[in-house]
Amino acid sequence: MKLLLILSPGVVTTISKLTKMCVLRLTPDNLFFVLSGKVANGGVSMWCELSQANFFDEYQMEGVSSEDNEICLEVTPENLSRALKTVQNAKTVKVKLTKKHCPCLTIAAELPTMSSINRVVTHDVPVDVIPRRLWHEFKEPNMPDFDVSIYLPPLKTIKNVVDRMKNLSNFLVMEANLNGEMNLKIETDLVSVTTHFKDLGNPPWGDDASQDGGPSQSRDPEAMAQARVDIRKLQQFLVGQQVNPSKAMCNIVHERVVHLILLHEDVSLQYFIPAVA
Amino acid sequence: MDCVVTGGNVKVLAKAIHSLSRIGDELYVEPQEDGLSLRSVNSSRSAYACFLFAPLFFSRYTIPSGHTFRCKMAIKSVQAVFRSLASLEKTVEKCDIVLDEQKNRLTFTLHCKHGLLKTHNLSFQDSESLQAVFDKDSYANVFRSHPRLLVDTVVHFPPSLEEVTVSVSDERMWVRNHVEEEDQSKAMLTELCLASDEFDHFAVRIHNSVTFCLKELRGLLVFAESTGLPISMYFDEPGSPVVLSVTDSVLEGNFVLATLSDDPNHRKNNSRRALTPPPPADDFMNDDIDSYLIAMDTSMAPGPSATGPPTPPLADSTCSKQPAAANNRTRLHSEEEEEEDDTADSSKPPNKKFCSLFFGSVIPPSPQMSTQPVTNQEVLASDSEDDV
Repeated sequence: MKLLLILSPGVVTTISKLTKMCVLRLTPDNLFFVLSGKVANGGVSMWCELSQANFFDEYQMEGVSSEDNEICLEVTPENLSRALKTVQNAKTVKVKLTKKHCPCLTIAAELPTMSSINRVVTHDVPVDVIPRRLWHEFKEPNMPDFDVSIYLPPLKTIKNVVDRMKNLSNFLVMEANLNGEMNLKIETDLVSVTTHFKDLGNPPWGDDASQDGGPSQSRDPEAMAQARVDIRKLQQFLVGQQVNPSKAMCNIVHERVVHLILLHEDVSLQYFIPAVA
Repeated sequence: MDCVVTGGNVKVLAKAIHSLSRIGDELYVEPQEDGLSLRSVNSSRSAYACFLFAPLFFSRYTIPSGHTFRCKMAIKSVQAVFRSLASLEKTVEKCDIVLDEQKNRLTFTLHCKHGLLKTHNLSFQDSESLQAVFDKDSYANVFRSHPRLLVDTVVHFPPSLEEVTVSVSDERMWVRNHVEEEDQSKAMLTELCLASDEFDHFAVRIHNSVTFCLKELRGLLVFAESTGLPISMYFDEPGSPVVLSVTDSVLEGNFVLATLSDDPNHRKNNSRRALTPPPPADDFMNDDIDSYLIAMDTSMAPGPSATGPPTPPLADSTCSKQPAAANNRTRLHSEEEEEEDDTADSSKPPNKKFCSLFFGSVIPPSPQMSTQPVTNQEVLASDSEDDV
């Protein structure tokens, strides 16, 4: 396997806030950061897709074989993020898959100096190479057959609301309808709090939606689809957002799952939070 | 003792205290003929720092006449005097440090704008002199650079990192995070390579590497960066301390940090090298029986004050409050032994009595100290847990 690439830290920092460990999957055209929904991480799953052409001046990779031209690594995004942060002002940054004391992503950067010789910093981030028989766990999740899809208000606003609600309850109900309305609710024995958002708009999922026909046309626009989620999972997602996405959407499968989608120029991030009873 | 600090020097003093607070919990204050000395040592005695402010640093500098005064106090309380560095710079015009021997108080008075006076009366304890034994001039490798270079270097390492390893060749310096062997498979390794011409001075006689704590280095950087003073770094073999120092016409700061002695055959190198040039203090270092690698001279008359009044009256007056006057004599005796030891063959095991006397007044002798762990002292005890 061969790998040589050059990367920006923003995305990785976002991901490092979401999870301690995740899988980095590399294909000739894309990089994916994947977290598959296991019980250990509360059933949350994540799928982040970067197009390599937008990040790297040079990108060489050679997978296991020509049919399976992929590399799958388990990484600690925090290490990766820290390494990339310290090389932000570098003249060039190279990321290589290396075999040192263990398999590593080696991030080497030339830093600007007054000296004629460059200052070079290298970070060896240990990774685990994931064998091919386990790759099937890290495929793109299917778009759930959602009941309601809605655009999100600014993430900062949601974050402010959620941060305060977290002090009152461990669970939050997200509900939305096809009339552009979304509510964030907590209900405890002592207090019920609801924050209402309106005129958010509903994304037009046309033929390109992965499920059959999108939210059913017959659905009552006023009818709310709702999901009760662990408030910390939602908070984690909101904390990590360093840049404002060009589009932020939320799909709700009634009492099943909340599916958050962020689209940046060159990155897309999907995050699934399972509903709890 | 009556010292007056004015203008920008107040901030320099404050920064020095802040960086000493990264070392230990206590501040040792000793007004000497050649200036005010502020020192600190960490609990595991693997790091020692000393600032000496020359009389010219002060607008007035008088010291107790006729006897030596030494004390120690909680560094936190002194830090509290200079708590906000930002406002200090804007508001404080003058700082008086006055000793009230009747009440056993050290009084810091800050004269602020608009005639505002802030007075801090700090209690103190008597203490012995705290003096690390090191001879940086005999060290093989010497570097000097603007603090910026080191600041830009340590920024690559996470705040949680305890130790770094510095290696040198004729042209390069490498700085790496130190990882315990058992953690190696999981740990992220970071290495920074600096070219010699990034330094103002780069003199390497021995290609080797030393590992020491990053926290104290960061402490010194706080001071050096704010004053813009270049940092000199001196080191020798693994196991002998690394010395970081800043010097100015009116002040001098030395940070002495223990290094890991990794390899039994360094011991051989040690004695071989130590015999060729005869630097007395270096010999002493090699024979150091202290398990934490920095020799602390807690005897009564360390180098600088030895130039002052003759030793016996000096010792008498300091120890008058202590019941152990007899101790005095033995301690002085220990100094003589030190000298003897300096001239002795470095491979000869040191006198155990010498060791416990040396430390007797500061920490109780422990069985560990009376053994000779030089070859097997694997790890310098990091005290970060205590302090963070």
